Amino acid sequence: MVSLSDFKKISDYEWEIPKTAHPDMKVPVHIFATRRLLEKVFDDESIQQAINSATLPGLVGNVLVMPDMHQGYGFPIGGVAATRYPEGVISPGGIGYDINCGVRLLASNISIEQAEPYLDALATALDHYCPSGVGKAGHIKLSEKELDQVCTEGSRWAYKNGYAQAQDLERTEENGRIEGADPSAVSKRARERGRDQIGTLGAGNHFLEVDLIEQVFDPSSASIMGLFEGNLALQIHCGSRGFGHQICSDYVDEFQGAVKRYGIKLPDRELVCAPLTSPEGQRYLKAMRCAANYAFANRQILTYYARRAFEEVLAGKVPNWELTQVYDIAHNMGKIEVHEINGEKIRVCVHRKGATRAFGPGNPELPREYQPIGQPVLVPGSMGTASWVLLGTTESMKRSFGSTCHGAGRMMSRSQAKKKIWGEELRNQLQSRGIHIRAGSLSGLAEEAPEAYKDVDDVVQTVVGAGIARKVARLTPLIVVKG
Amino acid sequence: MQKYAGFQEIEHTADIALRVWAASIPELLQKAAKGMFTVCGVQVNKQSRHQRTFQITFSDYESLLVHFLSELLYYLERDNLAFERFRISINEAQVKVTAYGYPVLSIQKMIKAVTYHQLQVQTTERGYEAVIVFDV
Repeated sequence: MVSLSDFKKISDYEWEIPKTAHPDMKVPVHIFATRRLLEKVFDDESIQQAINSATLPGLVGNVLVMPDMHQGYGFPIGGVAATRYPEGVISPGGIGYDINCGVRLLASNISIEQAEPYLDALATALDHYCPSGVGKAGHIKLSEKELDQVCTEGSRWAYKNGYAQAQDLERTEENGRIEGADPSAVSKRARERGRDQIGTLGAGNHFLEVDLIEQVFDPSSASIMGLFEGNLALQIHCGSRGFGHQICSDYVDEFQGAVKRYGIKLPDRELVCAPLTSPEGQRYLKAMRCAANYAFANRQILTYYARRAFEEVLAGKVPNWELTQVYDIAHNMGKIEVHEINGEKIRVCVHRKGATRAFGPGNPELPREYQPIGQPVLVPGSMGTASWVLLGTTESMKRSFGSTCHGAGRMMSRSQAKKKIWGEELRNQLQSRGIHIRAGSLSGLAEEAPEAYKDVDDVVQTVVGAGIARKVARLTPLIVVKG
Repeated sequence: MQKYAGFQEIEHTADIALRVWAASIPELLQKAAKGMFTVCGVQVNKQSRHQRTFQITFSDYESLLVHFLSELLYYLERDNLAFERFRISINEAQVKVTAYGYPVLSIQKMIKAVTYHQLQVQTTERGYEAVIVFDV
């Protein structure tokens, strides 16, 4: 059992669990946290899960954990682990069931004063156009051929079919399409689940939110992104739905046998992995990329319907009601990237589970206009609290495989939250603060109560203090739509 | 004497964890299913009864639990059915299941997946016990 005394303090915002803490650890674990945030995570199993993750074969650098960390399954949420390519392994559990779950941010020129009279109607229209909740099907049912196209083309499929603007794709991680996807690696059952769920939010912590840009910290970068104080923005948080969940389940199951075949010993069966170059590893990579492209297309279709809701409610009443894409990021993914470790540039497979890519300025993968400032990082807070727009830094490239935090991070279980918080009371509280709520389930609302999460401002302060991101803008919610 | 079988939700920061115990493996599967549909908060319409039959080939009891519950989640999502009674016969590494259930009227929570996280079916003095973590 690890205690605080086992940690080596690197700075006020970074702590190390040395490799010597456990005989099977291949690399040290670095946790980005203040002392106060670190003390909180001893309440659950996330530190043990980080140590378990550090036993994967082929790891390089450090296993990193972000300040929004909490207990997950296999890896902790907030974990980043890089394995050397091609000798290392890939672990589906280190990416998660909701493959390419992520956040999209759209900016507008609509001021809060102009929008105020229409917010309730806008909440209703967004709720109508963007299906959320358990088992909800979307407006689109894909044919088998169309599903193949979504798998290989992602947001480009949405663009070809009139659901996207060119700039949406330019301002999406990987331009909304990851190379190397192969639908033949996807099971029949995953395909069946994927066909009618595209364009849906799902349930749990997924949401669609209209925000007020409350404060801008870096006006120059914010203006490049189209973010101005006092204007409205829209966030969409969701992933690859049942399609991705099934792909992950299929491969976690298949890899139970792979670890035996390759002689890999692990402390937790959820960490199962296969060598990147093995037939199993290659097939998972192809299937995971299908799910990633599906998730990009999913957020793109939700964007299309959100735009329709804005048009229906605001066109003719508010000038310049259009929404322009700021960025779309993934926070549950495995990516082959090149990073510099101990002065050597090496190709690695970066697993980010509940962590956001945060590339620094000058990275060729960024759109031209973002090259001077770095990659936008979208950090949604808990429901009813602030969200943040950050930027990746040169330091994040050196210290965290170009990664940073992804949200506020839970600290209270769902059952505890439901015991302490009454959904209806919470809805009334949020409404009395002027937030328009559309929620499919009141108990689901209680589970996502702000008290169940860490303070997102503390989390952001930590990554900024550690130098792995910098602040651009703080957003506060006006409309929340969730399942 | 009270029957040795049951389930209990235990604390997990973000997901759902269930402790399940029973005197036999078929009973353990049934209690795990009952626990899972309970945490999903399903309300059913008992006017029409449905059944689904499936087979599972398993290498150990942990993979049997994961496959069995995943199969039920699949029918929940695809056919909108929640199951209450089961006929389960185990023959070495093969299980045949007939599940009897009803259409779902409402559901509070959808489970994304049944995980293998620290999953161990342990033998106890009175039977079997396991802790199952669900991704929600």
